[in-house]
Amino acid sequence: MRWVNRQVRRSDAVLLGAVPIVLLLLVYLFLAVSRHAANPFDKILPLPQGMVTGMVPLLFQPDQLSGQYVFWADTLASLERLGLGLAIATATSLVVGLVLGVLPPVRATIGPLVTGIAVIPPIALLPILFIALGLGETAKVALIVIGITPVMVRDIAAYVGSLPREQIVKAQTLGAGSWQIMLRVALPQALPRLIHALRLALGPAWVFLISAEAIASDIGLGYRIFLVRRYLSMDVIIPYVAWIALLAIVMDVALAQLSKRAFPWAHGASH
Amino acid sequence: MSTPDHTPGAKSPPILSLHDVWVEYGDKIVLEKVELDFEAGSFVSIVGPSGAGKSSLLRVILGQEVPTRGRILLDGEPLAPECGPDRGVVFQRYSVFPHLTALGNVVFGLECVKAPLLARLFGSARKAAEAQAADMLAAVGLGDALHLYPAQMSGGMQQRLAIAQALIKRPRILLLDEPFGALDPGIRADMHALITQLWRDYALTIIMVTHDIREAFGLGTRVLALDKRRHDPHAPHRFGATAVYDLALRKAAPGAVDEPAAQPANIAQRASA
Repeated sequence: MRWVNRQVRRSDAVLLGAVPIVLLLLVYLFLAVSRHAANPFDKILPLPQGMVTGMVPLLFQPDQLSGQYVFWADTLASLERLGLGLAIATATSLVVGLVLGVLPPVRATIGPLVTGIAVIPPIALLPILFIALGLGETAKVALIVIGITPVMVRDIAAYVGSLPREQIVKAQTLGAGSWQIMLRVALPQALPRLIHALRLALGPAWVFLISAEAIASDIGLGYRIFLVRRYLSMDVIIPYVAWIALLAIVMDVALAQLSKRAFPWAHGASH
Repeated sequence: MSTPDHTPGAKSPPILSLHDVWVEYGDKIVLEKVELDFEAGSFVSIVGPSGAGKSSLLRVILGQEVPTRGRILLDGEPLAPECGPDRGVVFQRYSVFPHLTALGNVVFGLECVKAPLLARLFGSARKAAEAQAADMLAAVGLGDALHLYPAQMSGGMQQRLAIAQALIKRPRILLLDEPFGALDPGIRADMHALITQLWRDYALTIIMVTHDIREAFGLGTRVLALDKRRHDPHAPHRFGATAVYDLALRKAAPGAVDEPAAQPANIAQRASA
């Protein structure tokens, strides 16, 4: 049987998907154990128990200086920045993308500007943001917003612009004006696409968050990773990275579920 | 170039008239010197080879496109250069909104006119609109499918929905752009029966573009054939198409109950399907 025709059952798919992950973990463990056999104080590839010892104070003991549980304070700070950035970016891209996609004069006016902003590497703007907005929360949130909004705007605008012309014409023959078409025809159909765009933007958003925290911050997941790097604390860095990965996956799955629940018509006939 | 008409309203002014209409894209001429009058209550089929400007003519009447030259009068008034609720349309595809249920699709037309700001009705106004829409859906045979989304419907059901959606606005003219082209033959016959029924019950004026000659003669009271009168082999795009044949068929006006003479026997009898 040709490989293109081989269907994988759901139970087999779970098993197959676990294989590379388990293999990777085993390879890590093997390397870590062999390094520790040569040098019991090795810091580069910590053993699981090493990670536990490294993480327990951060997880369960308040910091002597600030009185905070460091790991949870870091998580909260990072999620606040990320959530705020994502929320602003999502709202902006929905509104701007919608008017860009539906109204040709608006597209002609601000389309080039959006394209221009989109091609600037956001990290190159980070110094400007720090100078203009200071080193506080605003600059970090602004970096996330500037980093992901243009891409999302262009995606929404292109999607709305590619709605079948027949639908727009039909709406007009039903008495709808520009505003009503935007509100009742374009907006509802743009929402599932917006969630899709947001899912794709999660990756870049994390990159900008960690970058901003690495450069100027006093709390946050990215700040902690870059802080303990000075002490080669891989026993903290690796759990933190795994935690970030877990958070990102949970967000992605939650958004996918939200889209399926809220917009069943956008996910095929079987609803 | 008005056609002799056998309907009782033959003396009344035409509902729609095109005077010297030209459609050009750059130096390509699609339609040239189209002179047509459409009588109220007629069912006009437009046929012609691919690229003969059938759909361009429909888009011009719809207001989706502005003719390069010429005048179009609807009820004696010049046509606004954009689509409006006086002309309903059913396309071959994409005529219905995928994010609304059948009921939502039909109610939408009522909501737009009554709620300019939100385009949504609430409370008793909504109940009344939904009842009206449900009646319309029942009239096209979708009485049991009020809460289905278009993706859950067959192609024939979607076209029924598109027709109901257009008719709720009571348009002066209903434009059909190959509405049954994507349906299989059995369903198509059902749809022919439905559209004939609706044409009579609602005293509609219908202009239908079709590829299917049988369909054109079977449904229409008048058949227009679009083609090029002249042909330049060195510059085929320099001559446009116009109505080369304009056949009035002997057929009863809407509202009449007797079997029309020129209509193939099988179509009207399948109205129950």
